[in-house]
Amino acid sequence: MIEKADQIFVILAHWLVSFLPAWLQHPAIVLLAVVGIIVTFPALFAITVLLERKGLGRMQNRFGPNRVGPLGIFQPVADGLKSLTKEDIVPLSADAVVHFLAPVFLVVVVFMGYAVLPIGRNMTLVNMDAGLLFFFAIGASSELSVFMAGWSSRNKYSLLGAMRAVAQMISYEVPLLMSSVAVVMITGSLSLGKIVDAQNQYTYGLPHWYIFTPWGFAGFILFAIAATAETNRSPFDLPEGESELVAGYFTEYSGFKFALFFLGEYVGMMGISGLGTTLFLGGYSAPFSFLNWVPSWIWFFSKIMLSMCVFIWVRGTLPRLRQDQLMNFAWKFVLPLSLLNLMVAGIWRFMGDGLLRWVVCSAILLLVYVLMARAGMKREHFGPRSYRYAE
Amino acid sequence: MNPLIGYLLVAALLFAIGLAGALTRRNAILVLIGIELMLNAANLNLIAFWRYGPHPEALTGMMFAIFSIAVAAAEAAVGLGLVIQIHRHAHTTDLDAMNRMKG
Amino acid sequence: MSIVFYIIAGLSVAGALAAVLLKNTVHCALALTVAFAGLALMFLELDAQFAGFAQILVYIGAVAILVVFAILLTRGSETPKDTVYSRNPIIGLVTAAGIFAMLGWAVLHSAQALPGSGGTPMAAPTVTVMDIGNSLMGRYVLPLEIVALLLTAALIGAVIVAMHEKESAK
Repeated sequence: MIEKADQIFVILAHWLVSFLPAWLQHPAIVLLAVVGIIVTFPALFAITVLLERKGLGRMQNRFGPNRVGPLGIFQPVADGLKSLTKEDIVPLSADAVVHFLAPVFLVVVVFMGYAVLPIGRNMTLVNMDAGLLFFFAIGASSELSVFMAGWSSRNKYSLLGAMRAVAQMISYEVPLLMSSVAVVMITGSLSLGKIVDAQNQYTYGLPHWYIFTPWGFAGFILFAIAATAETNRSPFDLPEGESELVAGYFTEYSGFKFALFFLGEYVGMMGISGLGTTLFLGGYSAPFSFLNWVPSWIWFFSKIMLSMCVFIWVRGTLPRLRQDQLMNFAWKFVLPLSLLNLMVAGIWRFMGDGLLRWVVCSAILLLVYVLMARAGMKREHFGPRSYRYAE
Repeated sequence: MNPLIGYLLVAALLFAIGLAGALTRRNAILVLIGIELMLNAANLNLIAFWRYGPHPEALTGMMFAIFSIAVAAAEAAVGLGLVIQIHRHAHTTDLDAMNRMKG
Repeated sequence: MSIVFYIIAGLSVAGALAAVLLKNTVHCALALTVAFAGLALMFLELDAQFAGFAQILVYIGAVAILVVFAILLTRGSETPKDTVYSRNPIIGLVTAAGIFAMLGWAVLHSAQALPGSGGTPMAAPTVTVMDIGNSLMGRYVLPLEIVALLLTAALIGAVIVAMHEKESAK
């Protein structure tokens, strides 16, 4: 019974496909899985948009949208209807072909990343040997669509926003890859299925998730920072900040194309948090071994929604970083720490089991972090607070 | 027909297109684009011979292609840096206008 | 030759042709991206998965963006006064056509001597990333270190070449 609930989508797919001739069965299963992904994640996107607006509203001491339906739960439907029926304005001097292709390219690339994520037991769409490399290669292509959107609008603000966004995305790509390489090093494989299998073991009921190791904890935090910057999310959302740059690289987009950009950003956020849960939080494995009766895909989706809640929380809490502060942070703080994390993961691997490696690795990471943070704050002079009154 | 022939012909065609672009365009950046196309054509050649060659388990062709990708990226970076610096000096990237060594 | 090969080959060649023929430089760079994508698909068709994904990651994710940034920083998207082709493009075209003819003749002429022409299709080699890692650290460790040194030198060199010069008294 537990097995059936866990594998319900796999069983359903195989049953549906058994009505077709044998040579059509494999493409039909792939097609069903693709349709499942395309239906599920935009539905989650609608829930996330509502959650974000209500959550941000509450954090800012106001209600979110509460007019459409009880407690505003039909707001995503209203938003969808609005974006579908708005007039699609393309500026006269804009490059029409590139202007049209930019949101299309973004959405295609963002959905392709889901092909390698292990959503549940036996529920990976394509079980590739180099799955992690595929995800990063596809994610790197999404920067080009940002640039295409900004350049084709023939608008100074759009172009400026696009250049800033692309510079930010390239800068944070290296720490993203470096923090994942530590996981790959310890597991010994680039395949996401094997990484989840390596974390699916339990000692005394506690799981072997990588976040519970010193290098995994530091790696997860660095991955989260880099992921927030990769998806242009606050506090790194200078390229699209409403008060800074009109709307950044999608200033000239209206109606459905804007909705496609919005969809692409949130689905990309869910994809990269899916990757983060696979690498560090154990993918579809349960937190405690006695909770294994809950189906694996429920764990995966709840971990993704937890990551989205943390993204929304961070957006409502931290102020925006300036462009030069953002780039300094990437190259002078996050990148050296992620390289150090790689070295600490190597020390962890070769030190053998026992308490000593916990102490040594945590000590190295904490020491370097405190030293670098102190060195970075040296220019700030925190004296006693002074007040100036109008005369 | 040997499938290797198809890949080799496509690689030769890409190489010729890249060479034509590098030799006939005025903008310095388009010359670099032509060079990148030529390098890619050579990579395709390497991988095709690795796949259909006698010892694919020795991974020689694949390794060669991977190192070639890395070196080509480095060369593109330095070349584009040079083009940017030339533009700062001469305020143009037109190669036909830069036919003297005198600054 | 399967239909997939023809589609991918057509895509790559079309992208390459557009990259050298279009007038707007940014359009050329975007067409170059399409050519890179076509080549990555050809690598995947040849069972070279690591090379294909590395091609996407490095070329589309980095080199294409670099080319686009350079075009924007050198105002390449403005329409030039004269044509975009050099004064006598005929010589370049003739050279390229000659080279293609020579290469094509060489390939077709030696069709029997090429490996794999015995008529039996060769089995796809099973290459795992672990094999690549082992060979990078075993047989090819010296090229790996040299490429690392080369990339560091290229990084520092590119930064120095493209840096703003300090205004010094002439």
